[in-house]
Amino acid sequence: MSAFTAVKVLASGPFAGRSSSGDKAAASAWIGSSSCRILRPFHPHQPFSSVSSSSPSILRPIQAVSSSDVLSSKIEPNSPLSNLLITREEALDLYEDMVLGRSFEDMCAQMYYRGKMFGFVHLYNGQEAVSTGFIRLLKKEDSVVSTYRDHVHALSKGVPARAVMAELFGKATGCCRGQGGSMHMFSAEHNLLGGFAFIGEGIPVATGAAFTSRYRREVLKEANCDYVTLAFFGDGTCNNGQFFECLNMAALWKLPIIFVVENNLWAIGMSHLRATSDPEIWKKGPAFGMPGFHVDGMDVLKVREVAKEAIGRARRGEGPTLVECETYRFRGHSLADPDELRNPDEKARYAARDPIVALKKYVIEHNLATESDLKAIEKKIDEVIEEAVEFADASPPPPRSQLLENVFADPRGFGIGPDGKYRCEDPGFTQGTAEV
Amino acid sequence: MRDGEDVGHYGGSYKVTKGLATKYGDLRVLDTPIAENSFTGMGIGAAMTGLRPIVEGMNMGFLLLAYNQISNNCGMLHYTSGGQFKIPIVIRGPGGVGRQLGAEHSQRLESYFQSIPGLQMRQPVVLFEHVLLYNLKERIPDEEYVLCLEEAEMVRPGEHVTILTYSRMRYHVMQAAKTLVNKGYDPEVIDIRSLKPFDLYTIGNSIKKTHRVLIVEECMRTGGIGASLRAAIIDNFWDYLDAPVMCLSSQDVPTPYAGTLEEWTVVQPAQIVTAVEQICK
Repeated sequence: MSAFTAVKVLASGPFAGRSSSGDKAAASAWIGSSSCRILRPFHPHQPFSSVSSSSPSILRPIQAVSSSDVLSSKIEPNSPLSNLLITREEALDLYEDMVLGRSFEDMCAQMYYRGKMFGFVHLYNGQEAVSTGFIRLLKKEDSVVSTYRDHVHALSKGVPARAVMAELFGKATGCCRGQGGSMHMFSAEHNLLGGFAFIGEGIPVATGAAFTSRYRREVLKEANCDYVTLAFFGDGTCNNGQFFECLNMAALWKLPIIFVVENNLWAIGMSHLRATSDPEIWKKGPAFGMPGFHVDGMDVLKVREVAKEAIGRARRGEGPTLVECETYRFRGHSLADPDELRNPDEKARYAARDPIVALKKYVIEHNLATESDLKAIEKKIDEVIEEAVEFADASPPPPRSQLLENVFADPRGFGIGPDGKYRCEDPGFTQGTAEV
Repeated sequence: MRDGEDVGHYGGSYKVTKGLATKYGDLRVLDTPIAENSFTGMGIGAAMTGLRPIVEGMNMGFLLLAYNQISNNCGMLHYTSGGQFKIPIVIRGPGGVGRQLGAEHSQRLESYFQSIPGLQMRQPVVLFEHVLLYNLKERIPDEEYVLCLEEAEMVRPGEHVTILTYSRMRYHVMQAAKTLVNKGYDPEVIDIRSLKPFDLYTIGNSIKKTHRVLIVEECMRTGGIGASLRAAIIDNFWDYLDAPVMCLSSQDVPTPYAGTLEEWTVVQPAQIVTAVEQICK
């Protein structure tokens, strides 16, 4: 029996995989783009039985072909369809989410240059297909963990635009009361577990959230608990120890987590190829015992198909998946990045593959909606963003008394003062200092 | 739920968790791979989503590898999320100078963690247990009792001098106390227990009574717990002091292997006796 290997599969026939939503899998309906490969691993029999109650069907019928076949084969962008990949409602939802992400980020840039927000702001322009493709499939109870490039993940997960904008302006009405900022978006209500400034830091947290899901199902016996966790991170993070440590633990304990790599080829100014011995990140999944997928991250429909597979696997208790999305950020690493190193040709190539434009083309060509439907959505989003800015502008900044709040979950953590009472009980405490 | 290396089937490196895995199962007492930063982060993620994990470092020195997660996430997440997420996690483990375990296994790390805002040393809590104290047997009451985390413990009331200490040094101090009593001194010994925050009430009452303070600690002198305790005492109780605050700390050296050198690294009872005699002159 061979060890874990990954092969490239020509996705010319209908998908052999199962989707939990049971939808139609039409491999031929790709949005026009030159390279469309979905690379699936050969997933061998697990040597030990898992604690999971579902009986996983392990071997999938897949076609193994050589890479030259893949590269030379032509996939017709507009081949005759028997089935569409999405319904009209889904199409409009995807479109609206991506336009929201794009418009929001563009507004952030404007506000930053007008001096309304400060510090490090990392924009997501160009990568919308990944966030929308994955997060719109989730339930409210599923968790998302992100990085410093987290505004659009927050929006896709359902955090209101006004709460995110107010947080960016540093106002008390922000989703984190102005205490987090651009890189630390959290929402307990929407199960957005952050927003982390150091790369790789969120991956163990995501692994822990997935662990809780399994724990609740098996130890606390909550039979309905099939919540999954998505961990988003970039190509640079894939050279970090925490990434590998968590791949190991997630596969070891078959945690319901999906590791989503947003490979935009650049870690600030460091090209992925210069930093990584084997740049094909999807291959690292099978090395730890989980499937590794590579998908065109500029195409929301392809991302969505792969996401459905991976999320379905996790919900059924079959364990984690690694998905590498080839994507690109249209702007610099952050608003402070002059972005001088990237080749203009490369940028132009990816700009031509703008996910929003591509989805629009697909929707119109397949008569899922009209131009005016889409224009209406764009107008609606413009209004949402305007309102968010007005709300943020009008909101008050945090008062002085907020400085010492939330440092400890239990403010008795500030200790007992010289007078024998807990310092937090002193009414003048919030005007004082936090030193102990 | 507990996680850490060898906590389950092995029973823990000092048998602290012995028997628990058999009783509670592998998922509740989780043996982890050797990935401190990640399993500590995992504990944080689990705490954020509703569990109450106890992370055990096989040796507190290993938690240096988890410092990223402890400082950035454990300490800060409650604050940066605007209070939305609590991190009810306890990080515990054996540390301190043992018996010739060598420099890296004998680290005195209390002070490294002291400055992290949002962390309680002793919600999130880091408990430092001393390696050599695991073998002490003490009578523990049979009924459940809850100790207040922020309070210090009055070990021996006295009149002449306040000795503030914690962990293993408490036992060195009590040994010294026997000698001191024979020489006619009456030291008041307080185990401060909580290294952050300090219990300034108990400490203050003692200083108001004795007017002299000696701090005995196992961590290094530079940037140690004693340094910040001294500052807090001077800030708050300057008027009550009749003598400078003295502080006995271990040497600013990595713990040597050789038994004799190791002894000289840490504060010994004889030094405590000398210090008290000096203060009380």
